[in-house]
Amino acid sequence: MEHTSLLERFLRGAALTLVVIFFMFPIVWIFMMSFQTNETILRIPPQLVFEPTLANYTALITGKLTTAAGTLDIAFMRNLWNSVFLSVTSVAVALLLGVPAAYAFARHKFRGSEDIAFTLLSFRFAPALLVLLPLTLYFQKLGLANTYIGLIWVYQLICLPLILWIVRGYFEDIPADIEYAYRIAGHSWFATFRKIALPLAGPGIAAAGLLAFIFAWNNFVFALVLASADKQPVTVGALAFITSSGIQYGQISAAIVLSITPTLALALYAQRYLVEGLSLGAVKG
Amino acid sequence: MQRNRPSGFRISKRVLPYVLSLPALLVCIGILIPFLTSVVYSFQRYRLSQPWARQFNWGENYLNFFTDPKFWNTLQISLLYAGITVVLELLLGLAIAMLLQKRSTLNNFISIMLLMPLMTAPALAALMWKLMTNPGFGVLSYLASLIGLQDFRWASSPSTALFTVVLVDIWVYTPFIMILLLAGLRSLPTQPFEAAALDGVPRSFVFFRITLPMLTPYILTATLFRLLDSIQQFDIIYAMTQGGPGDTLTVFQVEAYLNFFQSTNVGRSAALMIILWAITYFLSNIFIKNWLRLRERARGQA
Repeated sequence: MEHTSLLERFLRGAALTLVVIFFMFPIVWIFMMSFQTNETILRIPPQLVFEPTLANYTALITGKLTTAAGTLDIAFMRNLWNSVFLSVTSVAVALLLGVPAAYAFARHKFRGSEDIAFTLLSFRFAPALLVLLPLTLYFQKLGLANTYIGLIWVYQLICLPLILWIVRGYFEDIPADIEYAYRIAGHSWFATFRKIALPLAGPGIAAAGLLAFIFAWNNFVFALVLASADKQPVTVGALAFITSSGIQYGQISAAIVLSITPTLALALYAQRYLVEGLSLGAVKG
Repeated sequence: MQRNRPSGFRISKRVLPYVLSLPALLVCIGILIPFLTSVVYSFQRYRLSQPWARQFNWGENYLNFFTDPKFWNTLQISLLYAGITVVLELLLGLAIAMLLQKRSTLNNFISIMLLMPLMTAPALAALMWKLMTNPGFGVLSYLASLIGLQDFRWASSPSTALFTVVLVDIWVYTPFIMILLLAGLRSLPTQPFEAAALDGVPRSFVFFRITLPMLTPYILTATLFRLLDSIQQFDIIYAMTQGGPGDTLTVFQVEAYLNFFQSTNVGRSAALMIILWAITYFLSNIFIKNWLRLRERARGQA
């Protein structure tokens, strides 16, 4: 294995370079576009050297877009706020519901426990619209249409299975003897859960929460179907933005950059746990 | 609140697990209700535009599919899309994982960098590629014209639309397969490889007879995972072309969405989703078996 020929090392290097270019180029290019004015963007051939401008970002943040035709309101910051709010509260709710359930599934094998766990897992793989389309009609009757509560509830479809199955694995990794010893010392069940199980599974719970946040943030179809403009997160908002702003490509790029930065940053932070999260706990990184 | 008082309210040991999992159970039920509603809708003649004409027509929605060329187009394009993306992503992901197998600072750095497309929302990834393939100023359109493809129209031409969305899918999801297979490769025991190297076994033999068989559980799990998601692809296709041009890319979920919101044909839309659900249910049963085996193994190592 040590004696790789010079040719092979060259070929491996070249292949890796191509891979990195293919996967990085779009992100780099959109990032560059977000600092250009429409004039430089529209120039052919595309420019690699240009005078960077922050105008796109200021237009998005102030919500006012000044064009030759007049000023235009942009609601993009509202979308960004919706994304933050929906993702954070959905994950909080999912942790609140999912962690105790995960503990029950890991520690107490009770009748029907596996059935519930696997039904929840199967939601991860069922077509989203199968549930969403009837829900639009139900939500209209229940008054949940276009409300944060309705959206957060539906977001549990992504967050809950993820948290349940990852956290369950972490609880299973804790030797039960530690908990028995603490219980024999006279502590209640709840104290054992709070003082022993939760801290030991802590890093896993945090990782599961971060991953659930990323998936909630990246979701598109739930809000597309169930939310109208003022409740939409960035994924849907950016699509609407393209049609409404027409040809403001610089602002669109800046909006995309602002929308993908949080998940990319979190992913880099949590990358140690990503493999485990992406495989729902089946592969350890 | 009463936990500190020993004489306070105590939950009996037998009931406790049910109490803990009750909220999750309720969410389960809350989601099963719309699912069952979908089943009912799929057996009805139900158009939002003609609510008065709503009635059970039993299997008619399904029977109509047999003679409906649009349905066969949907089935064909969904399977084609899933097949192409999964095969290409598997080959590419395996190749990249093999390139990065050795633990080194550079390899670890590249593998983390390659996660970025996977963490980009697929709908936003589609928008990024849409900007880059814009006929007016898109950099990829420019590059295509440099290699002699004048007027290459990417997603707006029926002949290249599938190619374009597949390209975006590959960009987003190849890292998924790569990262799982890389974790698999790095967890393999080293002895068989050392023994093979000592005996001077050719490397193609090592790859096909040692690496691949040992990696199979990981490959199966990653492939089925992708297949399940890919056959239901919505985000990339809808954000890129909304199923167009024409009906070139009306995969199951896009077609059901358009049926529901544009032609307001709830019955047909629900029947389409039930058929897609049947396909994914079948696939997910195979998947869960493999996934559980892999999970047991990971837990055993811990």
